[in-house]
Amino acid sequence: MAKTLKNAKGFWGTIVIVIVLSVVIQFLINGGTLNSFYVNTLFSIGINIILAVSLHLIIGITGQFSIGHAGFLAVGAYVSAIFTMKLAMPFPVAIVAAGLAAAVAGLIIGIPTLRLRGDYLAIATLGFGEIVRIAFLNIDYVGGASGMTVSHLITWPILVACVIITIVVIVNFTNSTHGRACLAIRENEIAADAMGINTTFYKVMAFAIGAFFAGVAGALHAHNFYIIQPVNFGFLKSFDILILVVLGGLGSMSGSVIAAILLTIISTFLSSYPEVRMVIYSLVLIVMMLFRPQGLMGTKEITAFFKAGRTAKGGMQDDKHTVA
Amino acid sequence: MLKINDINVYYGNIHALKGVSLDINAGEIVTLIGANGAGKSTLLKTISGLLKPKTGEILFENEHVAGKVPQLIVKRGISQVPEGRRVFANMSVEENLELGAFLRKDKKGIQEDFDKVFQLFPRLLERRKQQSGTLSGGEQQMLAMGRALMARPRLLLLDEPSMGLAPLLVKTIFRIIEEINQTGTTILLVEQNANMALSIANRAYVIETGKIVASGTAAELGQSDQIRKAYLGGH
Repeated sequence: MAKTLKNAKGFWGTIVIVIVLSVVIQFLINGGTLNSFYVNTLFSIGINIILAVSLHLIIGITGQFSIGHAGFLAVGAYVSAIFTMKLAMPFPVAIVAAGLAAAVAGLIIGIPTLRLRGDYLAIATLGFGEIVRIAFLNIDYVGGASGMTVSHLITWPILVACVIITIVVIVNFTNSTHGRACLAIRENEIAADAMGINTTFYKVMAFAIGAFFAGVAGALHAHNFYIIQPVNFGFLKSFDILILVVLGGLGSMSGSVIAAILLTIISTFLSSYPEVRMVIYSLVLIVMMLFRPQGLMGTKEITAFFKAGRTAKGGMQDDKHTVA
Repeated sequence: MLKINDINVYYGNIHALKGVSLDINAGEIVTLIGANGAGKSTLLKTISGLLKPKTGEILFENEHVAGKVPQLIVKRGISQVPEGRRVFANMSVEENLELGAFLRKDKKGIQEDFDKVFQLFPRLLERRKQQSGTLSGGEQQMLAMGRALMARPRLLLLDEPSMGLAPLLVKTIFRIIEEINQTGTTILLVEQNANMALSIANRAYVIETGKIVASGTAAELGQSDQIRKAYLGGH
């Protein structure tokens, strides 16, 4: 009991630090200290954190190998764009609608496919992602292949709020009884079944929650990049998100967050060298997997380091700067 | 307590259980012995709801449970120790036990059962914070049994608890099975180690290629020449 309380303290402490930092960053943006290049990088980082954490719930916690996450991202992006551009609704409403639409998509795809295991589920979700992409490609209402232009409505406070809500919801879910059930499914589905855990129910639930936040990320994505096109939501995008989760360490939420921050920064700075960008990016991944196959954090959470000692604490918080 | 009437179970086209009937009375230890692939585990999985019979009925305390989902069956009071232990390897001993009580809401009762399990398996108390994947095979078997007991079952299904364990540990495990039975839990024990199983059981069934071929008290079956030849390695 005391241990959980301590962890919770560390977690909420981190959240407070993040909020304080993001207020500071807001002042820097207003004052013009951060130019638009850095602001854009920060937005990308935030969106990638939401994507990584939402997929972490599905793969890292529940152990369901899904590689169709870009499909949910696309649903969120298009639904939110329709809400703001075609229906002239306010942006926050569009974000919620995007999340709900993606969650419904998650239910529709999850109920039939989550009976499958391992490779079969991966292939089914991959297929789902492609179906979504092709569907948007052929709907003229959303612009077909040329896509939709979307206003730049994303703001720093909205982004920070979405990131924090995502993390708080997923951490609380993980620590709840439902989260325990999901972990049990990841560890051993047959044993979980034998314990009387309704495995299908919990798998679908985790899938729908993960899809919801991917939809939210989609809304933020659409209103950050001015234009959305089906080509941006191919299976390579799904793999990008998957890489964040695997690199961070399967089962570690803080790992996903740190991986999202680091990889976004690496790929942003590499975009100045387009010829070698993918080569270096791939090399980073290969080296990483050779020397730390369990991912950056393994299955540990960052709160474990708060207790480990002050040096570790200081070191890790430097990474946290960029969360905000 | 448990009454199985003429059930037929299929894996796709394979007819795995062919008209199996079986009775278990409250308070007994009943053992089901048979070779690999005879259908022992299939029968256990069918009772616990992991498989559904095509025809036939299963009555638990006079209620139909055949084809019901596992969580309902666990709630009714049947819990299973799956074959090969299947502990949640990355979780601590304590978390594994908590998950055994997943469907229960009575905090006080759960605490009592924690104490009971730790009394039964002092090893688990020593290692309650340890990751269960790092336990030895015998300890994992104890954990799997403790986890099943956390559901406070009236009928405990044990699927080959002696599998892969050293003879001395097998003895310990079987002694504990008897202890569990003495506290009032009825036990259905599936085993390949027929000698050990018959030594603690009241009654026994012999299953061969999906059919019950012999049944009787453990003493009777232990004496039968045919059974001795086929399963006990005797002359």
